[in-house]
Amino acid sequence: MSLPWETVIGLEVHVQLKTRTKLFCGCANKYGADPNTLVCPICLGLPGVLPVLNRQAFALAVRAGVALGCEVANVTKFDRKNYYYPDLPKGYQISQYDRPVNRKGRLEISMPAANKNIGITRVHLEEDAGKLIHPDTEGSSGVSFVDLNRAGVPLVEIVSEPDMRSPDEAHAYLAALKEILQYVDISDCDMEKGSLRCDANVSIRRPGDDKLGVKTEIKNLNSFKSVAKALAYEAARHASIIEGGGKVQQVTLTWDAIAEKTVVLRSKEEAHDYRYFPEPDLVHIQADAAFVERIRQALPEKPAARRDRYVKELGLPAYDAGVLTGDKELAALFDKLRGEGLAPKVASNWVMKHVLAAMNEKKIAATTFTDKTRRIAELAKKVEAKQITGQTGAEIFAWILGTPETASVDEHILKQGLAQVSDAGALEAIVRDVIAKNPKVVADYKSGKPSAVQALVGQVMRETKGKANASVAKDLLVKALEC
Amino acid sequence: MIDLTASEIRDGVRAGKWKAREVVDAHLERIAAVDPKLHAYLHVDADGARAAADRVDASGVKGLLAGVPVAVKDNMCQRGIPTTCASKILEGFRPPYDATALLRALAAGAVPVGHTNLDEFAMGSSTENSAYGPSRNPWDPTRAPGGSSGGSAVSVAARMTPLAFGSDTGGSIRQPAALCGVVGMKPTYGRVSRYGLVAFASSLDQIGPIARTVRDAAMFLQAFAGHDALDSTSAPAEVPDYEKDLEAGVKGLRVGVPKEFFGAGTDPGVRAAIDAALKVLQKQGATLVEMSLPHTDYGIAAYYVIAPCEASSNLARYDGVRFGHRAKSFDGLIDMYRKSRTEGFGEEVRRRILLGTFALSSGYYEAYYKKALQVRRLIKNDFDEAWKKVDVIAGPTSPIPAFKIGEKANDPIAMYLCDVLTVTAPLAGIPGISVPAGFTEGNLPVGLQLLGKEWSEATLLRTARSYERETEFWKRSPAL
Ligand SMILES: [Zn+2]
Repeated sequence: MSLPWETVIGLEVHVQLKTRTKLFCGCANKYGADPNTLVCPICLGLPGVLPVLNRQAFALAVRAGVALGCEVANVTKFDRKNYYYPDLPKGYQISQYDRPVNRKGRLEISMPAANKNIGITRVHLEEDAGKLIHPDTEGSSGVSFVDLNRAGVPLVEIVSEPDMRSPDEAHAYLAALKEILQYVDISDCDMEKGSLRCDANVSIRRPGDDKLGVKTEIKNLNSFKSVAKALAYEAARHASIIEGGGKVQQVTLTWDAIAEKTVVLRSKEEAHDYRYFPEPDLVHIQADAAFVERIRQALPEKPAARRDRYVKELGLPAYDAGVLTGDKELAALFDKLRGEGLAPKVASNWVMKHVLAAMNEKKIAATTFTDKTRRIAELAKKVEAKQITGQTGAEIFAWILGTPETASVDEHILKQGLAQVSDAGALEAIVRDVIAKNPKVVADYKSGKPSAVQALVGQVMRETKGKANASVAKDLLVKALEC
Repeated sequence: MIDLTASEIRDGVRAGKWKAREVVDAHLERIAAVDPKLHAYLHVDADGARAAADRVDASGVKGLLAGVPVAVKDNMCQRGIPTTCASKILEGFRPPYDATALLRALAAGAVPVGHTNLDEFAMGSSTENSAYGPSRNPWDPTRAPGGSSGGSAVSVAARMTPLAFGSDTGGSIRQPAALCGVVGMKPTYGRVSRYGLVAFASSLDQIGPIARTVRDAAMFLQAFAGHDALDSTSAPAEVPDYEKDLEAGVKGLRVGVPKEFFGAGTDPGVRAAIDAALKVLQKQGATLVEMSLPHTDYGIAAYYVIAPCEASSNLARYDGVRFGHRAKSFDGLIDMYRKSRTEGFGEEVRRRILLGTFALSSGYYEAYYKKALQVRRLIKNDFDEAWKKVDVIAGPTSPIPAFKIGEKANDPIAMYLCDVLTVTAPLAGIPGISVPAGFTEGNLPVGLQLLGKEWSEATLLRTARSYERETEFWKRSPAL
């Protein structure tokens, strides 16, 4: 039987920042435009042009650092990372080497056994490269195209300490990172669109060893699933090499998601020498304490804290709180409904039931409801006050979705005659009529089947097109049947 | 008309004495007559120049440079005009934008006539490293005009334009100005926008004026200096009025004379001319102060590490992918890079790229690049100490006058040593000016170099003007 191994994992995550423009020029930072339509002399790297730092990107990088509990540098600078590739117009990437914006942070992940803190080594700001397009149409073999729309898009690179001990922890770290970065609104973190990309460093050692084993780096993992699978594969590969008497070679790999294995990209000898040196075209940037404090103050509440608060202060069930805070926009909608005067549980019910159903059915975002909260709250209050039935409420909710906020709910109810009928006098005639028309059900009831009354209630509801107050109707029916 | 100074031309255009069109026609005619002998120009844009002159004549606004013909060094981008840096690798490149300094000169009414020759990517001190052949010194066409802004200095010296743009990284404005007998100024780093100046060494590069008189240089610099939002390293500081105190003289000025500026290699003719120049300043009321700049000799070593390091990175973009030269046949990506760059760059550029790449490499960075930055700091400290005792530092611009074409072409070290007196100013970021200071016995021009602390351009111009007023060497012109 072989001895157990401990897997040691560190992640480098690149996240595109949600800015209006690129990091060093005025081109739009947008996904999905036609190739090379979002470019200018600066991001094309034409001769003689110079970069000018986008302050919004810098502020977002600081916000990322603050959200991850980092120390923000008072003075930070940019450096050039030199290498040749056709998607890198200048032949160097403007990045940060020895004085990153942020250092020494941490991120808490929740694992089944216990929560764990993962150290963040650094969070620095840099520009993205473009994309190569390799057409596979006939006759184009050997030809590649370059799309530079992405060149110069701002990124933060978040480097973790080698603190993760399993692919599951790596997965949990990525999930927590994505959640917090989305929450503080610095990135979409959409792996499919490449706005979150992950490289992983992995090594193995015997439990209790102080020294780290030889690591390999897996580049460009493009889904959470790939991260977990590639790490598990790679750790097992290391183990089989060592157990077979071999030595792990320090290499850079890619993950082949189809064959489900890692493939060597380059050896240690082929590793790039990036020849970092200070970027002479940019000046040092000051981030004074007041600036950092302003960013800290403006930081939205972290998901975990918000979840706790919903449970402890608002008395929501843990499940509701989890669902609501799982999507920042949903939580915002909930808060807004409460702001319109709804009790927490009522607001939560409306979001959990109607809003989520509509989102799933119509494939719309929670933000679609942002400007409809006044009427949704008005509606919810009417249902609570039993002025309308739950069923009518659902219909009016659908109507609200399709009309502007200026359309009046009261007017709609009046026009459509949707007010709930609770008035006994108005219902008595219908009750008598239903009893007369359903002798068989009445006989069932009288022969000792009290549940048969439900069928009669249903008939009353049908006759009133759902407007009857069901419990009033039931009371009236029972009264009529008993005498 | 070609003997008029820029300010005379401007005043005449403003007064309606002559039209900008007449002025530019006269200069274009002069270019056509003498440039075949001198090769100052890589590209003459006669039609564009006439159109620009017509626009000045038609306009009611007559700016600071109204109707003044200006030559543009071919490393400054001009919209739609071939801008090659005298390199094969940029053959056919026409920028879709103007350099900020050029744009400002155009807005002031300047008339750009064409692009001047230089050492490829401004790397050199003789203009022999041009892929399109050397420029020739108008005082002796068998000799080099200096460099890298050789074409611009020749254009002004030979009366082809009264003004020309130069760029200075290690002396590329001052040295050719000295060797061609014209005025050339390297402003304080950050005084002029570098936007649109094709980068050689970004922490050193600075655009500056080349002119026949100090007043013209002041007026030209005034037109294009100042902060630019497109260049983060351009200073937000106000630009003073450079002509205001131009005639105020040097009474009471403390002029430092560093012993290191008169080393063993100094040509006797240069030495004599500079000694005479210092006496003129003294006679005009300046106090001469003997002093030392102890790290001067290390300037060359530091410069020839820092500049190539930055160049190796700045020139990485010439990869044959998006613009410029691409090899006709190649086998894969790496081979395309290798062939395109080997074919496109000249020998000196390749040498400096290799030098810089090596010096930045892992394991060598500390020994070379980092050490060079430390020396740079020491040189700056030398100057900071000096400003406690003196207002201006004076000496030769170049230890030798113009040398024969081909004389140093195969000896890069001898060529690098030409820069010994000019590299320290850009390393320290301070301004410097070269003003004509007479001639050697062989009738070759000598330049007096004046250096000042950061942002002291006005003081340097005033000192240079005081000296010029007494000597009037600028009035002599080469026989062509
Ligand atoms: Zn752009």
